[in-house]
Amino acid sequence: MKRCFHGKKSLCVLLVTALLAMAVLGGCADGTGESSEDNSSKESTVESTQTDSAESGETTGADASGESTEPEGSESGSAEDAASGQETGDRYGGSIVVGVQQDIDSLDPHKATAAGTKEIIFNIFEGLVKPDENGNLINAVASDYTISEDGLVYTFTLRDNVKFHNGNVVTAEDVKYSLERVSGLLDGTPLISTLSTIKSVDILDEKTVQVTVENANTELIYSFVAAIIPAGSGEDETADPIGTGPFSFVSYKPQQGIVLAKNPDYWQEGLPYLDQVEFKIINSADTALLELQGGTIDFYAYLTDSQAQALQGSHQVISSPTNMVQALFLNNAVEPLNDVRVRQAISYALDKESINDFVGGGNGTLLSSAMLPTLKEYYVDLNDTYGTTANVEKAKELMADAGYADGFDMEIAIVSTYEFHMQTGEVIVEQLKEIGINATIKGMENSSWLDEVYNGRQFDATITALTCDMTPGYLMNRFQTESSKNFINFQSAEYDEIYAKAQAALDPDEKAGYYKELQKILCDQAGSVFIQAPANQTAISSKLEGYKFYPVYVQDMSTVYITE
Amino acid sequence: MKYLGKKTITLIMTLFLVSVAAFLAFQIIPGDVVMSILGTEATPEREEQLREELGLGDPPAVRYLNWMTGVLKGDLGVSYRYSKNMNEMMPVAELIGDKLPVTLWLAAVSLALIVLVSIPLGVLWVRSGSRVLDAALGVITQATMAVPSFFLGILVTFVFGIILKFFAPGGYISYQEDFSGFLGYLLFPALSIALPKIAMTARFLRNSMLTEVGTDYVRTAYSKGCTKRRVMYVHVLRNAMMPVVTFLGMIVAEIVAGSIVIEQVFSLPGIGRLLISAISTRDFPVVQILILYITFVVIFVYFLVDILYRVIDPRISGK
Repeated sequence: MKRCFHGKKSLCVLLVTALLAMAVLGGCADGTGESSEDNSSKESTVESTQTDSAESGETTGADASGESTEPEGSESGSAEDAASGQETGDRYGGSIVVGVQQDIDSLDPHKATAAGTKEIIFNIFEGLVKPDENGNLINAVASDYTISEDGLVYTFTLRDNVKFHNGNVVTAEDVKYSLERVSGLLDGTPLISTLSTIKSVDILDEKTVQVTVENANTELIYSFVAAIIPAGSGEDETADPIGTGPFSFVSYKPQQGIVLAKNPDYWQEGLPYLDQVEFKIINSADTALLELQGGTIDFYAYLTDSQAQALQGSHQVISSPTNMVQALFLNNAVEPLNDVRVRQAISYALDKESINDFVGGGNGTLLSSAMLPTLKEYYVDLNDTYGTTANVEKAKELMADAGYADGFDMEIAIVSTYEFHMQTGEVIVEQLKEIGINATIKGMENSSWLDEVYNGRQFDATITALTCDMTPGYLMNRFQTESSKNFINFQSAEYDEIYAKAQAALDPDEKAGYYKELQKILCDQAGSVFIQAPANQTAISSKLEGYKFYPVYVQDMSTVYITE
Repeated sequence: MKYLGKKTITLIMTLFLVSVAAFLAFQIIPGDVVMSILGTEATPEREEQLREELGLGDPPAVRYLNWMTGVLKGDLGVSYRYSKNMNEMMPVAELIGDKLPVTLWLAAVSLALIVLVSIPLGVLWVRSGSRVLDAALGVITQATMAVPSFFLGILVTFVFGIILKFFAPGGYISYQEDFSGFLGYLLFPALSIALPKIAMTARFLRNSMLTEVGTDYVRTAYSKGCTKRRVMYVHVLRNAMMPVVTFLGMIVAEIVAGSIVIEQVFSLPGIGRLLISAISTRDFPVVQILILYITFVVIFVYFLVDILYRVIDPRISGK
């Protein structure tokens, strides 16, 4: 009897334990689950055009003279490889696996908006022009182009014998079709907003296409990186993605990945080296680390600081700047953040240096406005305005001025799967306590964040990063009062006016001047607290060479080769 | 027969109610479908076009009816999130059909491990009578049950994958390509799932058997002159299995519905991972079908457990 009793008792214990175990399991499921596939950081998206203004002077200069430069893309793209290509015939062949965090959002290059998709399909598709690793535009499907004096007519000459992956040569019809499709001329639905200014696309002869636009804008050329696809393929129900890039599409499996194979007909002589590249979707950072160590993936970007340290020694770990602007975005329309003094107080109160040290290992680049230092011509360093360390005295003064000497409560909305922003938020909450602001973090799911914060503008403050496409207008555009992307409700008539002037300016210096003014207004008005351009740490297997870092969100695999 | 009919009606009713609930739930939770799909960079025209394509302009009742008629006709709809090729979205049936075998095989391998190890272990535990063994098993099972499964998963990966190199971490092999390689890879996630369940089942069985050992019919059996072995296997085990079968049923339902954590840790493209990503991206067509699937599995497994009861203990069908 005694044993029986004992048995029942431990049975109870067992049941309770089982229940607890299940609860833990369920709890974990939520936690790890979310950190998985929904990391589609869609708010940070690249329009995939770009220029590193250092050298873009060349291109802009060419615009002014109505004549484009850049003879053959291969020269600027891979001069070194072409030179050493023959003596190192053994570079060719092999396959690698690249770990990526996000699943593909669309296999249609014109409809894909997620940065995580664009970085992959950069290898499949090309536009008339494409970015190179220095941030210049090089000619791709086009071998040359001219822009008329008034900036309204673009004339592209097609490169000879560029072939699609299906073996067909790219014709003027294909280019016309592609441009009409993205600009909305085809069915009234523009797919890339900057290109909706296109009024007509005309075929002058079989190698020449003329594009007429409504508004002159010297930044528009960067939008012609839009993919050229075979005419009609946008309506073909069974079409596989077909482009002209160094790799062709083989297969895609949801949640598993996408496999690409070498394009033997690629127009850049000697490229690519690899026979096959698989982009494999890795659902959690922990798994990524294990897979790197186990050798099932050869390549992984956007490591956390601790992961980067764990991989030192066994892998090449390389830090490179991202083209993202991380900020504590403030809703300029809600009390008390509608008071410029309060926003300035917060700007003074934040210690950006310690944020950078704490969450980014000190690798980030501190910012004070919505422009990246890599856009050298346009960037102006405003870090002195509020300083990069906390100025609590000044902040308290401003708070008192605004009538909030005792502080207030504030909610910071953050997508909870973005570890980097969450950690930033925790540091900021502590720093804001110094001036009496009682901030709390509201962790959200990405879908809800998009709906409530970004679209609905129902928030006090939020931390996220906006990706810049390397045209200066891309990030500045959204702070116009009436912009549909102005989710912080920034209001400044002066800003709107100067922005319009910046867009219309055809002279590069004049344009740069306007953009500098815009950054200053945004900073002085403390539209939001811009923090940093975070660094990206990439782990690359020690057997790989040739990878090039781009100042935009792409992963170019065409120059990578295996050394063993 | 009457029993079967009753069960079938319950199944249909439940599935119907669950389908309504699943549908309603997604009308309430925040998060706009179109925003989720397109992000922040698409043009307003494209957003409008997509809203129309997905039929989101219709009232919820109409959309439910459209969806339900489709499902009844065998058309499960297409995913909002995953592409099949450049211009088409992936049909839900194809999407799930591709992932279901992974989860089912994982469940099968796990269950095999659980049954093959836990039942002999439970019996041995009771039979041995050794205090040392009793204490040792008590501690080991307790500890195994306490480890959270994601941690166990990482531990298994680390020990068997990285140190012993029995398998390549994350090196999932598709069942379409190499079936035995696939099963070999599944062994390790299955082990991670099975370990705590083995401990639970063994303890459960032990306790259940100990309860039976003290009952009158066991004394009768002994006094009839039955050997200890016969009493244990024929009388005690059979009766002790009843609660264990229920417990195993719960486990099966849980694994077949998708072992979310383990699928994440081992990068297995199964149902659990699909469910999580479908919920977070508001891929309703996929979520709704998965919820129906899980409901069906749970009800069906309990139905099987019911049948098993009758096999093990004929008294039940007599009642």
